[in-house]
Amino acid sequence: MTIAVVVFPGTNCEHDIVHALELAGADTEMVWHRDTDLRGADGIVLPGGFAHGDYLRTGAIARFSPIMDDVVTLATEGTPTIGICNGFQILCEAGLLPGGLVANRDLKFICEPVHIRVESTDSVLTRAAEVGQVLRIPLNSYEGNYVADNIQRIEAEGDVILRYSGSGGEVDDGTNPNGSTNSIAGITNAARNVAGFMPHPERASEAILGSTDGMVLIESFLASAELARA
Amino acid sequence: MTTVDAPDRLPDHRKLGMTDDEYQGVINILGREPLAAELAMYSVMWSEHCSYKSSRTHLGRFKSDQPWVVVGPGENAGVVDLGDGWLAALRIESHNHPSFVEPYQGAATGVGGILRDIFTMGARPIALWNALRFGPLDEPRNRYLFEGVVSGIAGYGNAVGVPTLGGEVEFADRFSKNPLVNVMALGILKRDQLVLSAASGVGNVAILLGAATGRDGIGGASILASAAFEEGDEEKRPNVQVGDPFEEKKLIEACLELFDRNLVVAIQDLGAAGISCATSEVAGSGGLGMDVDLDRVHLRESDMNPGEILMSESQERMLAVVTPENEAEVLAVAERWEIDASTIGTITTGPELVVYSGGEIVGDVPAASLADDAPRYDRPAERPDYLDEAWASEPHVLQSLDAAEVLRVLLDDPAIGDRTWISRQYDHMLFLNTVIEPGHDASLLRIKGTKKALAISTDGDSLRTYLDPRRGSARIVFESALNVAVTGATPYALVDNLNFGNPEVPGVMWQFIESVEGIAWACEALDVPVVGGNVSFYNQTDGVDIYPSPVVGMLGFCEPMPEQPPRLDRAEEGMTIWLVGQDAQGDFAASAYDRIINGALGGRPCDVDAETARRVVEAATTLAYETPVLHDISIGGLAVALAEVAIKSGVGFEIEGVSGPDLFDETPLRFIAVTYGDELPTNAPHREIGVVGGDALDFGDAGAIDVAEAANIWRNALPRRME
Repeated sequence: MTIAVVVFPGTNCEHDIVHALELAGADTEMVWHRDTDLRGADGIVLPGGFAHGDYLRTGAIARFSPIMDDVVTLATEGTPTIGICNGFQILCEAGLLPGGLVANRDLKFICEPVHIRVESTDSVLTRAAEVGQVLRIPLNSYEGNYVADNIQRIEAEGDVILRYSGSGGEVDDGTNPNGSTNSIAGITNAARNVAGFMPHPERASEAILGSTDGMVLIESFLASAELARA
Repeated sequence: MTTVDAPDRLPDHRKLGMTDDEYQGVINILGREPLAAELAMYSVMWSEHCSYKSSRTHLGRFKSDQPWVVVGPGENAGVVDLGDGWLAALRIESHNHPSFVEPYQGAATGVGGILRDIFTMGARPIALWNALRFGPLDEPRNRYLFEGVVSGIAGYGNAVGVPTLGGEVEFADRFSKNPLVNVMALGILKRDQLVLSAASGVGNVAILLGAATGRDGIGGASILASAAFEEGDEEKRPNVQVGDPFEEKKLIEACLELFDRNLVVAIQDLGAAGISCATSEVAGSGGLGMDVDLDRVHLRESDMNPGEILMSESQERMLAVVTPENEAEVLAVAERWEIDASTIGTITTGPELVVYSGGEIVGDVPAASLADDAPRYDRPAERPDYLDEAWASEPHVLQSLDAAEVLRVLLDDPAIGDRTWISRQYDHMLFLNTVIEPGHDASLLRIKGTKKALAISTDGDSLRTYLDPRRGSARIVFESALNVAVTGATPYALVDNLNFGNPEVPGVMWQFIESVEGIAWACEALDVPVVGGNVSFYNQTDGVDIYPSPVVGMLGFCEPMPEQPPRLDRAEEGMTIWLVGQDAQGDFAASAYDRIINGALGGRPCDVDAETARRVVEAATTLAYETPVLHDISIGGLAVALAEVAIKSGVGFEIEGVSGPDLFDETPLRFIAVTYGDELPTNAPHREIGVVGGDALDFGDAGAIDVAEAANIWRNALPRRME
């Protein structure tokens, strides 16, 4: 089983997510954005960073990178696909997920561990977690504030998988770090095989880094890739 | 300034910041009047910023002869050996004047420049630090500068993909019109990846990689960085460069691939003085020459003249020397990473650097003369008068002070309060190396796949250095050493950034020489080599010199890394609190107490001795392997150090037997240790001063304050001023 990690110019979390995926036992392959073929990868990761410098709008140029045709094809066919932070922004721009991400409420970059509550386990990212489980995972973004026109439908259909919360799972304005609509930290698509989220699970992958809470998301993703392959 | 000539009536060399004597020196070298482009090159390369002409005489005082030093001062970065083929590269630089003119871009391009110095050596940059000085935050313009500089560091560092692991900041009146922005970077590499800047091989070609050359930053080194400031100099904005972290990110990846595949002979980044500096340095330091064709430089604006192309300080550019056989492959690597590249020169036997434009020679100068023949000044130095008055005074301290009252005021000070407002804006976790994050005495980075770890602390103490440049400077070295030691690291190498006023003022020159002596002496006391440094003079605005502000960046090294390095948030009910190191000696000169409570600045900082320094630093390094909490005592004294641990751990302390004044005394070379048990395994002087427990910071007879209240004040010190 091989996980493709897509690298755009300006991507900077590719080595970190590979480190975490390999800790969980995965084989990985980095794929440059000008390639056109993911070679039938069993799972796809769009990592964090500043693809194409975030110029124009985050993810807006990356969606036109040559590799994105195959990302869209495989994702549409059901390949487990996740976007972390900048990767989430690219998935939204590419139309694989609804909505988009705008500047944080206080117009400042935020790098700090936050609590997120698992809202649904019906996604490739959360299948090994439990509903209500609270994870402590670092956030690292300027445009992390999720917005969508059809927020009611997204909520009603259970597409929200992760929400910013307090350490006890409470969700309110005080536990919302960036002003994200309904404290949304991560969503999935209708087919449940594509997920995007802002916090960085690779940064919570070892005790020496302060938390291992990210591993449940990474393990969920790898289990999903294994299932999809079978 | 006494010159009253209107700028447009000045001779060309003076417009470019060159004196008449220096101009004559150029004529003597060339045997003729320089051409316009030649004059442009000499004016920048002989500027204070590039040539160190006022400081070089004194910098030989620094020693870098320890066996683990691989590359000492003089290259783009210092390099030290970490064993098993691993090396670390470090460097510090200032971007003071550009940041005053345009805070966001000034700071951003400072970050970009320091990163190029690191990857020029073949190292992958893994972390950044900074040291900042601003005027008081009650003035709106100082808030604007502070906010802009922090945003610039964050904007560039985050996007280029190098984490910013911390730094330090002070606020004082003399920085209102001359803020300081110093940035430091660390890289790691394997020994076989090390690349130096001296060219070899006649016939090899020089390839310019990266951004197109434009008109930005022309004369930045000579005009902005090498002259005092006057009212209205904000209009020098066109001299400030503009940064593009995306271009730099691609350049880093492209260069690291070139090094990995052994495709370059030598490489040099383009910083101050742009192409003039890079071409003359790679050729001159290799004892060779170069033919450079300016028509082949990729330009952003087509109508630039040769002098502008040579002097442009456009960012994100590198000059690589490669063999003709590898030229096509290097260009292919550039294409893959989507950066521009053009072959602009050929290495010759020299010694001339010959510059062509439009088929004509526009410059023909001995390559090495631009760097090696720069003037050197042994400027007059004289102990300034203000010290007589300062040393004659004695800071007043109330024997019966209420520690809670004092602490309420101190914790609200922006230089003492929580820095999360800053560090939260910086990505400080990228690369998954960060074991101890900003907010501790030093940050600690692991090197994945090894048991090695690196600790870094940047330190400065402008007011104390003002009151005694030599003692103050020695003390910042000791403080930085203790800061890395409390993570378990041994002080291993140091870089310094010497920020001073106008060197033509004898009192400033005296401060500078004394400071160099203090740093050099303290480094020798700890066997720490000085592997690099930078001098920033002319930090003078409207005739007022800044407080002398040497800043040091200390690299600490440990192997193996402690399994659980000490942290400030690991104090638990029932633990014992120890004071380790020197006893309080009544050291209140330039203390937070005197500055904030008395609103005063006077007295003479106490001296330190080498044996005590060694002993206390070693004790901290050893204790770090088995102690949950170690914390250096510095600004605000024991009381502030205890408060920080209590706040971060969320638990109270009961302190006994420490008098009110001793709580705020800033005697150096002491730290607190918090651990279970009734013994502390150390040979250094130590005594028990209390236990962890309750909800208050209870100083016995000196007073008590609830931890929650202290935390609230401390956490809001910056936000309440900035939001």
